[in-house]
Amino acid sequence: MAELLEVRDIRKSFNGRVAVDGVSFAVEKGTVLGFLGPNGAGKTTTMRIIAGYLLPDTGSVCVLGTDAVADPVAAQRKIGYLPENTPLYGEMTVEEFLDFIGEVRGFHGRAKLRRIDEIIEQCFLEPVRHQTIDTLSKGYRQRTCFAQAIFHDPPVLLLDEPTEGLDPNQKQVVRDMIRRMGQEKIILLSTHILEEVEAVCSRTIIISRGRIVADSTPDELRRRSVTYNAATVRLGVPASQAEAELRRLPALAELRILEEDQRTCTVYLRPGDGRPLAPEIHALACEKKWPLMDVHTDEGDLSEVFRRITVTEDTRSAGSSTAQ
Amino acid sequence: MRTLKRVKAVALREWRSSFNSPVAYVFVVMFLILNAFFTFFVSRFYEAGQADLRPFFAWHPWIYLIFVPAVAMRAWAEERRSGTIELLFTLGITPTEAVIGKFLAAWSIIGLALLLTAAIPATAAYLGSPDWGVVLTGYFGSYLMAGTYLALGMFCSALTRSQVVSFILATVAGLFVVLIGFDPVTGVLSRFLPSGIVEAVASVSILPHFDSTARGVLDVRDLVYFGSTVTFLLYATTQIVNQRG
Repeated sequence: MAELLEVRDIRKSFNGRVAVDGVSFAVEKGTVLGFLGPNGAGKTTTMRIIAGYLLPDTGSVCVLGTDAVADPVAAQRKIGYLPENTPLYGEMTVEEFLDFIGEVRGFHGRAKLRRIDEIIEQCFLEPVRHQTIDTLSKGYRQRTCFAQAIFHDPPVLLLDEPTEGLDPNQKQVVRDMIRRMGQEKIILLSTHILEEVEAVCSRTIIISRGRIVADSTPDELRRRSVTYNAATVRLGVPASQAEAELRRLPALAELRILEEDQRTCTVYLRPGDGRPLAPEIHALACEKKWPLMDVHTDEGDLSEVFRRITVTEDTRSAGSSTAQ
Repeated sequence: MRTLKRVKAVALREWRSSFNSPVAYVFVVMFLILNAFFTFFVSRFYEAGQADLRPFFAWHPWIYLIFVPAVAMRAWAEERRSGTIELLFTLGITPTEAVIGKFLAAWSIIGLALLLTAAIPATAAYLGSPDWGVVLTGYFGSYLMAGTYLALGMFCSALTRSQVVSFILATVAGLFVVLIGFDPVTGVLSRFLPSGIVEAVASVSILPHFDSTARGVLDVRDLVYFGSTVTFLLYATTQIVNQRG
């Protein structure tokens, strides 16, 4: 029980507008949970409630046995939180800022100095150690904020869009860190970047209009894609010869000839129920003695699943204006 | 013990931020210049020919009126504007610890500025022999008064995300608290209000309480006034910053 982060039926409205509408989930140690959703879906509000910054209208949050709604300060000692847009005290140097974080998090004297050195090394902040935060690049700001989140080595990490605005190299550094720490912590990572979820998360929750619309592993979600197991096949026979036979494949939903010449053809085949087509294509090619030059199977497209099950602010307002 | 350490951490952070930016320096220097200007040129300290610091202290309620809101205005308004309030209140610090820490940091900057005015009593001591008891009580009263203005300024800062609005609110509120005890104003009020009511209104003002300490009288009622006002305002500030939306 105590190893869990539990969120039960939290709801939150701002001036009558519902931001979070009955979100519940539980996460155990060793999980990197990707919190995915379009802008305005309620990700940040949910994160802020768990971090104890906002009070939910109803519902409860339990962080490793501590009630975060009744006693946010006690829960916050187990949490490292990277807020959206990395708010930092700009007039301080990186070292001064981490010194402050250390003091507040209960580190003093030599232990604090040692920890500052470790964190600076871990987050690659050495070159900017004595630089004022206001003068830092976006990447260094993000890492400084990340450094404060992990300073006290918390068992729970809440990261709100941790790689936003970073260049590909910096993204990789942050993702490697998250993946490494995810083995022994509970990490909640909010993002709207799908590749990030695929890169680091072991579980994904998709949230839309304040509600959870999917809760699964990234692989399983990808399997829900309509293109999952679709095959692109290159055959050493003309399309006219192959097409009729291929159409007889069971559960075929779509067949498209992509390329053809007198001796070869490339065909796209999509199953209606996500079943793998490759074995049957192999069997058919063997039977008909068709030279099978290439088979590529689609692993599914997370972004297609995402688009299908979420409603963004834009499409919602576009929908309502059409309705009018 | 841990609470104290967290309060200290917040105070130290505020202190560092103030001295890493021009805010604290500008405050201290301008405070000293204005004090010297009013004491020596407007109140004509030399010409009075008395080793008495009342001309010096008499300006403090008016100087603080502008300067203390300027020190206090950043406290919460800037945290809200820049979003760092979200960081601060997810670090495992209670709102009370944060409010007290910020208050102590700003109060100590004012204390430093006040300490640096020591040249003025030193001048008085060089020219004559001032009553050191009165001088110390005056300083003590002035510092308590600054604390009261500061608590008011912090309260105003917590109400808004704009430093300018915070400054104006605090200055107007401060002016009100001063004027209701200012003799010319109470004189006007007593023309059409019963004296009991005028006295009751004036007792809320900061001026009479400061005047007695500036005269060298340390009255428990004044201490209770300053103490309770600061406590109340800081409590109110805590309640405002603690609103978790």
